[in-house]
Amino acid sequence: MNDEVLVARGLRKAYGDRVAVHEVSLALRPGEVLGLLGPNGAGKSTTVGMICGLTAPDAGSVTLAGGVSLASDEAGYKRRIGLVPQDIALYEELPARMNLELFGALYGMPPDLLKRRADEVLAMVGLTDRAKDKPSTFSGGMKRRLNIACALIHDPEVILLDEPTAGVDPQSRNAIFDNLEMLKAAGKALIYTTHYMEEAERLADRIVIVDHGRVVASGTQAQLFALLPAAQTLQVELDGEPDDAVLQGLPGVKRTGQRLEVSVADIARDTGAVLAALAERGIKVRGLATARATLEDVFLQLTGRALRD
Amino acid sequence: MQALLALVRAELKLHFSNRRAVLLSIVAPILIAAFFGSLFGGSTKMAGIAVGVVDLDGSPLSQRVVAALQAEASLKTTVTDEASALAQVRAGKLRAVAILPQGLGQQAGGAMFGGSKPEIVLHYDPSQASALAVVRGLLAQTLMQEVSRSTFSPAGLGEMQRQVSGAASMPEGQRADLTRMFDAIGKVQRPESGSSAPETGGLSMPYTTREIEAVQASANAAPVAYNSYAHSFAGMGVQFILMAGVDMAVGLLLMRRLGLWKRLRAAPLSRAQLLGSRVLASALISLIVFAVIYAVAIAAFGVRVLGSPAGFALVLVSFSLLTASFGLLVAALGRTPEATRGLAILATLLMVMLGGAWVPAFIFPEWLQTVSLAVPTRWAVDALDAMTWRGQGFSEALLPTAVMLGFTAVFMAVALWRFRWEE
Repeated sequence: MNDEVLVARGLRKAYGDRVAVHEVSLALRPGEVLGLLGPNGAGKSTTVGMICGLTAPDAGSVTLAGGVSLASDEAGYKRRIGLVPQDIALYEELPARMNLELFGALYGMPPDLLKRRADEVLAMVGLTDRAKDKPSTFSGGMKRRLNIACALIHDPEVILLDEPTAGVDPQSRNAIFDNLEMLKAAGKALIYTTHYMEEAERLADRIVIVDHGRVVASGTQAQLFALLPAAQTLQVELDGEPDDAVLQGLPGVKRTGQRLEVSVADIARDTGAVLAALAERGIKVRGLATARATLEDVFLQLTGRALRD
Repeated sequence: MQALLALVRAELKLHFSNRRAVLLSIVAPILIAAFFGSLFGGSTKMAGIAVGVVDLDGSPLSQRVVAALQAEASLKTTVTDEASALAQVRAGKLRAVAILPQGLGQQAGGAMFGGSKPEIVLHYDPSQASALAVVRGLLAQTLMQEVSRSTFSPAGLGEMQRQVSGAASMPEGQRADLTRMFDAIGKVQRPESGSSAPETGGLSMPYTTREIEAVQASANAAPVAYNSYAHSFAGMGVQFILMAGVDMAVGLLLMRRLGLWKRLRAAPLSRAQLLGSRVLASALISLIVFAVIYAVAIAAFGVRVLGSPAGFALVLVSFSLLTASFGLLVAALGRTPEATRGLAILATLLMVMLGGAWVPAFIFPEWLQTVSLAVPTRWAVDALDAMTWRGQGFSEALLPTAVMLGFTAVFMAVALWRFRWEE
């Protein structure tokens, strides 16, 4: 462990014959967002559960900076971690502030600090004016924000967010993303599980792609896109439908009606060559567009399935 | 400790901020206890048993019997004709009806000495069979008094002597003995010359009774009338507090479903703190609700703690802990809130039924009374009865308390053994 705040090694969890998580390892630095991307049932929540001490791993370990682990100092370990569960885990009939003060008290925070922190996190998630209201009167997005605030009340170093935007509208989602970026800027380390590639792409510095409990790839977005044969696509609108025989010899080409999709490694470098090759074959071009590959493409490339399958 | 107190405070606030639920948890047992209390006597005597009498004889004897039955305080006697009486018994308006046959007055006296016996038919409502014994007893008492009075009156004795003299088949010796006996009775019943005492005649009951309700706390204490609300409040309190325990269990299962349990487990709390806070909160809520129920019982229904107040408090605390452990057991064994609620309510109703919460356990068959000792609610209800209307001392609270705490320990042990910590 160098500058990592959290290191998980070889985490494994099985329920009977079904292996939910198989040899998952990951590391997290302060001020970093690690996206845990995978379809539903991939083992993301189980991994989060093992990291925050909800689920006992069959094998492997998780260590925080300073060598603190669940085995060595469970209470000290848990104080440094904040969990945002996938469900909205709030006392719906207690006012928002009281929820925060209750969860803060569970971490042994003194009352004066608790009040100050409650004010801070309420302001951060934009709920100061609703502090005295019960979550049962909140919108879905407000509940999600309070759900996050409750994980921040004790000012943890590592924050685990298990699909924290499930079921919220785009406006609330953006507000949540803003909050997470503030946390990141404040040096907090975040693990963000999602099956929405757009969220991972927007937030994550590094991404771990999991499927069937296994890590299938990990790295920065650039490193993951490099796993694709081509990271970008040239979309060519043709004037009429060409004979497929004419297209033979052009690598990475897929035709749909009058449209061609050509995978290229570098748009700037390869566009001219593609257009020249088409002109040589007498194919007239009516329009041109480019598209970047997505994590969906990476997942498809690695597993043969779509993320939402 | 800070975390434990915070969790307990939150649970109490959540429970008591739901005013409608709180009101229901207090009002429902009070209403039902008031109903049962009034049904089983309340603080006043029971209403007279509605019976009918049909006088087919119309003799002075039968008329006196009817009058005596009408004067009996424990009966509400209606004099009617046979068809109407039968219809009313069948309709459940009368519990029994006695048909006084024709010739009753004439035959009854002779029947005392072996003549043919008149037959009094008793029709009764089979759903109220216990009333039959009461009617039969009162009828026997009244008839014996009236027949003996009639038979041993001067006129009656004269008639008896005439019958004996005319009985040709009677052996001479027996005739002589009976004649002497009638003379002697007539002599005894004849008022002395100059006496102003009224003519009495007849037999009377060979004893009198003095009836005292055995409810006072000690020989020196002022007698207090039995209050059947004391038992009904004990029973209904036990029932509804246990149901509140089930609600706490279902609440824990809902916490699991909603992810709150996950959040609590992610906090630096020990298992003892997590479950201890639930048990403590549940026990406190039970204790507060039970205390309020009894406060109403005392203020509005005249229930009194005639026994040891400390013993009463000890029983309430023990039962509250029992309830909390029962709730935890239900939560440990339950899977979904929906399925668990139904099964737990069924188990609760069985326990309160066997515990004598609905009707006192002493009316159970003997084998069931023995079986019900294995049910903790029996000990709770009996102990509350002992500390309230039975006026028992502190020592009588110790065994039930020990049994309830024993059940609490067993429930807790099984709950901890079976509790699913992980999702």
